[in-house]
Amino acid sequence: MNLTAAAFYILGGATILSAFFVIAARNPVHAVLWLIAAFFAAAGLFVLIGAEFLAMLLIVVYVGAVSVLFLFVVMMLDVDFARLRQGFLNYLPLGVLIAGLLIAELFLVGAALGENGAASLSEGKIEPSPGAVNNVTAIGRVLYTDYVLHFQLAGGILFIAMIGAIVLTLRERPGVRRQDVGRQVGRRPRDAVKLVDARPGQGLQIPE
Amino acid sequence: MVSGFLEGLFNRQLDPAWAWSIDKVSGILLLVVGVLISLAFILLADRKIWAAVQMRKGPNVVGPFGLLQSFADFFKFVFKEIVVPAGADKFLFLLAPLISFILAFAAWIVVPVADGWAIANINVGIMYLFAISSLGVYGIIIGGWASNSKYPFLGSLRSAAQMVSYEVSIGFIIITVILLSGSMNIGEIVNSQKGGLTQWHAFAFPTIFVMFPMFVMFFISALAETNRPPFDLPEAESELVAGYQVEYSSTPYLLFMIAEYTNIVLMCALLALLFLGGWSSPIAGFVEIPFLWFALKTLAMFFLFALVKAIVPRYRYDQLMRLGWKIFLPTSLVAVAAIGWYATFVAHPEIGGQ
Repeated sequence: MNLTAAAFYILGGATILSAFFVIAARNPVHAVLWLIAAFFAAAGLFVLIGAEFLAMLLIVVYVGAVSVLFLFVVMMLDVDFARLRQGFLNYLPLGVLIAGLLIAELFLVGAALGENGAASLSEGKIEPSPGAVNNVTAIGRVLYTDYVLHFQLAGGILFIAMIGAIVLTLRERPGVRRQDVGRQVGRRPRDAVKLVDARPGQGLQIPE
Repeated sequence: MVSGFLEGLFNRQLDPAWAWSIDKVSGILLLVVGVLISLAFILLADRKIWAAVQMRKGPNVVGPFGLLQSFADFFKFVFKEIVVPAGADKFLFLLAPLISFILAFAAWIVVPVADGWAIANINVGIMYLFAISSLGVYGIIIGGWASNSKYPFLGSLRSAAQMVSYEVSIGFIIITVILLSGSMNIGEIVNSQKGGLTQWHAFAFPTIFVMFPMFVMFFISALAETNRPPFDLPEAESELVAGYQVEYSSTPYLLFMIAEYTNIVLMCALLALLFLGGWSSPIAGFVEIPFLWFALKTLAMFFLFALVKAIVPRYRYDQLMRLGWKIFLPTSLVAVAAIGWYATFVAHPEIGGQ
């Protein structure tokens, strides 16, 4: 067995194992940590097929940002996992159905790949595009040149979704004192502090 | 290098895979030991500069001028007892400092300390650095949570929010540099700044009007990202005792501290590589010793870090968040647009000027 194959089996096995522990872990925080391990192994698989840019993106976006927020939320929630598991059997058929669909999709993608690019698959490496461009250039060309309109459209939809989420959660509450940063920064000691000479035995007259 | 020496010593040809592996492993060892030893003196310099600002002498007992202070501290930490709190998640509690430590050193493998002197010269070097530095937050979050105690937990939540916020602006600032140099390989980014001070990304005309402010913003974001004062809110001792490290003692605490300083020096090195021309000399042709210039620039940046720690008072938490999201994020976005326009239509008109 050569080293590439060994690395593939180790990383693939790690991905599946940590994905299994995501659903098997009793503690939600542990589950998120296993999810991060799964992302990491998947990034390793990306590097193995020569898509180093995608691997880094996976780590930056999913591990560096999304999972941090997951962890953030999960740590603060007080989840009773025993109660969450009560309906397990009721939902089992639906879960099996979804899992079956996903597996069928995987096989379809595999079949399509095998039909189109069996030659490139047998070499173990899928070239991003013919010629000696690195995969940053290749992805850039596809996203920003070939499919620029689709890409912009997707960006626009995401933008609208973001605005929608903000509008839905924004509440105007009356009577809230907001801070005015300009006023805070602009405040000088002479506006706030007054030095007075307090004479012994007389004290101070506090003006109204 | 090492493999060539071994081949000469035993007068036999090594298998290329083994030779490669021996070279890389010895390179990694050299780098780790080098970084650790320089860290010992950089830590001392930090304390000395801090002391000098406050007109104190600083550590001056262990060794001449206190030079061996860091080593004394090291042994003190190592020989103490490791205390694990009763309610702690033991495995994660001990894993957290390890994560911090390993990630801090993993980032260094793509840093070229001189022309071609990087252990891994990868295409997406700068992305790798960004990815690894964005993972640094895990050590802190996991440590704070696994301690099962209030102050560490609050500290870790704070730092999670803080580091995620400032990563955004760091990312955008890095994009401006990538746009200007046209590559994500750190070696190529440095080579695009060849030819003296006027070609460095921070000072090159006409982009200086955008890139010098970006340089300053990167510096400030780096302070926030590494939890340095004035943004050391995760360990604000007046409010949270010591933040996420309250429950840590002995070697685990030492690992956290080494990781923190390694990250700080890494950020200084990044500033030098991205904005100050890396290993190139400020005047073209003047004393072209690559490693010397890289080290000097990194140390100069660290000197600024140390001064900021001594001079600037700590930010309030809401001010920190406001600075990150309401000022740095929009500013860096505008800068990306401006530099993108410049790179497309002025620097490389063959791309956009059809």
